[in-house]
Amino acid sequence: MAYVRPVSTTTWYLKDRNYFIHMVNELTSFFVGAFALILLWGIGAVAGGPEAYQSFLASLTGPGMRLFLWVTTIVIFYHAIAWFKVTPKAMPVQKGEEFVPGSLIAGGHYVVWVVLTLIVLFLAGVL
Amino acid sequence: MNEIKLELDILRYDPEKDREPHFQSYSVACQEDWMVLDAINHVKDHVDTTISYRWSCHMAVCGSCGMMIDGKPKLACKAPVKDYANQKVRVEPLANFPIERDLVVVQDDFMEKLKRVKPYIIRKEEKPIEEGEYKQTPAELKKYKQFTLCINCLCCYAACPEYALTPEFIGPAALALAHRYNQDSRDQGLAERHKVISTPEGVWDCSFTDTCSLACPKHVDPASALQQLKIATTTQWYKELIGMGGN
Amino acid sequence: MAKVNKALFWSLFAAGGTLTAFLFPVLALIVLIAANGTPPEIMGFEQMKGLLGNWLGKLVAFGIVSLALWHAAHRLRTALHGLGLRADKLVSLVGYGIALLGTLLSAYYLLQI
Repeated sequence: MAYVRPVSTTTWYLKDRNYFIHMVNELTSFFVGAFALILLWGIGAVAGGPEAYQSFLASLTGPGMRLFLWVTTIVIFYHAIAWFKVTPKAMPVQKGEEFVPGSLIAGGHYVVWVVLTLIVLFLAGVL
Repeated sequence: MNEIKLELDILRYDPEKDREPHFQSYSVACQEDWMVLDAINHVKDHVDTTISYRWSCHMAVCGSCGMMIDGKPKLACKAPVKDYANQKVRVEPLANFPIERDLVVVQDDFMEKLKRVKPYIIRKEEKPIEEGEYKQTPAELKKYKQFTLCINCLCCYAACPEYALTPEFIGPAALALAHRYNQDSRDQGLAERHKVISTPEGVWDCSFTDTCSLACPKHVDPASALQQLKIATTTQWYKELIGMGGN
Repeated sequence: MAKVNKALFWSLFAAGGTLTAFLFPVLALIVLIAANGTPPEIMGFEQMKGLLGNWLGKLVAFGIVSLALWHAAHRLRTALHGLGLRADKLVSLVGYGIALLGTLLSAYYLLQI
């Protein structure tokens, strides 16, 4: 009788560094989703009128909310970096015979990201 | 030449005698340029002839000697003993496969999945002999060449957590090979393979941990093939939705 | 996992992942600044009303909120399976349900602005 080794469905990702990092990456999507809901809340507040909107802004400043936003912001930055890192694997670009190096594709994404960020910060009046 | 002392803890399992696998220790005095396979061969030849394992070419092209060496799927012929000098090394059969005996795993599941993805040129219309051979530019060849290098060693399956958790998953090597044929300019079988690849146990069970590519001894990068397959499969799905799926 | 074809959900996940990778960091920064007491100029009510009143602003806001939710729903579906939860139908229903609700709500709000 061939022997089938049992696998833990709940702790397998603790057994290997790459598995663990993968699980962390997957769980960053929780904060991405949470932030989207915060944006949705804000959009709803704008639709609700000036008082509703001021109330929304005030809610952002609560200590619990502020802490959550700090964590969310850091995680979202991590998500972006991890996402661009693996993008070349999904879209190899062949120029003639050779493939464009993955680092160039990822690098291109990072550049666009930085430029976009600076533009938005400028438009927002932060810069 | 210097000698390296290796302490091998090899998994033993005799299906006719054992209820469970157990480990057996062997101390081997290795030459410093040996691979772990050489140490295991030494054990078989001089210490314990009952030990069972697969190996053949000893040069990382046949794919026979895949096993877990210190918890990592590797080709035993490509694992230098130098990396494990003066430490205990666990040697186990490839993870995620049933153990046949000692270091030998049952590969039937993979063999079936390999067939399932139709890893051969599929033509809608055969080209008559009079029209001559299929011609392919270097660029067209380069497009899929990397994915032809798979030696079916199954290290990627041993590394894949989705295959561990969901045994129905067709898996990295088989899917990467399907992609190899999809990318071949001579092939017209994408729509045909799509039927298999687009199932839940096809490419969609892949969660892109990239551990298959990290384990691959031939640098095939199956993870890349699978992500490309996801895009191709999605495109084909949308195409079929609007009646343009003929490929 | 599930029997429903995943191509649709995966394409939403991929689009959402890419869009949020490009735009969420700076948006999170702006919201964080607002949370620390001094909202940037753009977050004034009239500016927001102008931005989201514009068709392009509506489109971008709708796209980014909606796709981010579909991205999170799909990725968390996989993650929860990875954590050992075997309730894919329920997880899908709740996750994609929230994404759908968010999609509809954002359209509803944006059409009012």
